[in-house]
Amino acid sequence: MSSPLLTQVGALAQRSIMRTARQPASAIPPLIFPVALLLMNSGGLRASTQLPGFPTDSFVAFALAVPFIQGALFSTMNAGTDLARDIQTGFFSRLSLTPVRGSALLAGQITGIVVLGVLQAVFYIAVGLLLGVRFESGVAGVAVLLVYAALIAAGFGALGSFLALRTGSGESIQSLFPALFVFLFISSMNTPRNLIAVPWFHFLASINPVSYLIECVRSLIITGWDAEALALGFSIAIALVVVSVSAATWALSRRMERT
Amino acid sequence: MVRENSIVVEKLVREFKKGPRAVDGIDLYVAPGEIYGFLGPNGAGKSTTVLMLTTLLPPTAGSARVGGYDVRTEGPKVRSVIGAALQEAALDPLLTGRDHLKLQAMLQAIPKAERRARQEELLERVGLTDAADRKVRGYSGGMKRRLDLALALVHRPSILFLDEPTTGLDPQSRTALWEEVGRLAREDGVTVFLTTQYLEEADVLADRVGIIDGGKIVAEGTPTALKDEIGRPSIHVMPCREEDRPRIADLMKGYGEPLGSDRDLAVRLHEGIGLVDVVRAMDAEGVVVDDIELRAPTLDDVFLAKTGRTLEGAAAGEDGASAR
Repeated sequence: MSSPLLTQVGALAQRSIMRTARQPASAIPPLIFPVALLLMNSGGLRASTQLPGFPTDSFVAFALAVPFIQGALFSTMNAGTDLARDIQTGFFSRLSLTPVRGSALLAGQITGIVVLGVLQAVFYIAVGLLLGVRFESGVAGVAVLLVYAALIAAGFGALGSFLALRTGSGESIQSLFPALFVFLFISSMNTPRNLIAVPWFHFLASINPVSYLIECVRSLIITGWDAEALALGFSIAIALVVVSVSAATWALSRRMERT
Repeated sequence: MVRENSIVVEKLVREFKKGPRAVDGIDLYVAPGEIYGFLGPNGAGKSTTVLMLTTLLPPTAGSARVGGYDVRTEGPKVRSVIGAALQEAALDPLLTGRDHLKLQAMLQAIPKAERRARQEELLERVGLTDAADRKVRGYSGGMKRRLDLALALVHRPSILFLDEPTTGLDPQSRTALWEEVGRLAREDGVTVFLTTQYLEEADVLADRVGIIDGGKIVAEGTPTALKDEIGRPSIHVMPCREEDRPRIADLMKGYGEPLGSDRDLAVRLHEGIGLVDVVRAMDAEGVVVDDIELRAPTLDDVFLAKTGRTLEGAAAGEDGASAR
């Protein structure tokens, strides 16, 4: 007899959350570092708001979108290293010996990451409100933002799981983490794309999907309801979820050789 | 009604892409309620066999039925009747003992009403009630192994696989685990398939022993029968002076067949020869020795007779293979 899928997913998600909550070294950096970077950038780049065409006069409001993506990138690393550790210690084999379904294993892991991703998002929103940021899309926009945060946490979490299942090594995941951050730095995180004057940087920021993920969040904060930004952001986030979950499912079937 | 053997293995093979046959056509049968000791050095194929029998690794060839189910085609059914504690206690250092049991009970579909009682029962059984709410990273090696055993028992399996359950444990923890495993077989009728590289463990615990080396089973039987097969005792001599070693070896050849021991000079005594005959001969030759010992046959002698190496020597020489 096997337990229902939802019980399996719930049990594994609970474990994932409990693990993170009991590791301050994993739980705190995704909260502190993005906010510290936000405060530093807001102080140093405040003058950017004087540029003609800059979409807001509050750099904090402009930059508040970035922690959401940075937090999701931390989710990638946490999901990956946790799963890789399970593989290395044999805990993954222990789970494989139970009636747990492969889909539940993955869904449980990702659900845990999504819950943490949403809690992170609530924290960033609270920080924004404390810093005086006004959400132009209102309460409904904040709700959409939380859904979006869940979506990107799922996408990046599944990406981390894929990497863990392929490499089986926490160290490999950690070494990939800076590479993921490069995508963030060559995006529109600090300057609106239309104001990037350097052609090669403008080109890279325009083809970088992370720019559109950030601009979706940013539109809800500083613009209100921007259909194009929302459509692009959600499309990329959904595509990320589909591709990452498919890749992770494939990698799981290769890793889990049980008959 | 005659119950089907708990474990039936025929010509089981596992090959890895870049390596030798880890398991090379083994046959074995384990009866219900029996403790079967699978003895061999590192890299002999013990763990690979366990992985195949527990459905975690598909066999390359041959067949295996566990609890009446085919490990190739009926994986979920096999998993429903087995419990396993694999090499190294696979635990999450951030979870408590109770968290582990709760997770395992949920995944094993133990009804909610029974979960708590089962957890408490198992914690008590393995002596971890007081440590149940401590994180596992603070547990000793013995405590981890006991929790590992408790987790394997959550769903009341009829067959239990234990892969080197006492490796690295202190003698006290080892004895405690032996007692628990023995109780499981005797009182609960659980079939136990136990891999070990400890001769004493196989000797004390197992009803029958299979000795595996290089992926092949080289001997099988009860510990007593295997030792009786060897029959005659051996004499082990440690020379006082290194330069006497060849002379003593020559002298001892007259009393038995030399054994390939690395540390001392040893012969398996011919029929009718006793310790006193050898001592008299050495005395007559004026040979001085540090130590002389008469040993009844052990499982190591069985291993030596079947493979030409001692189990300890084989383990040292095959460490590399175990990393495969």
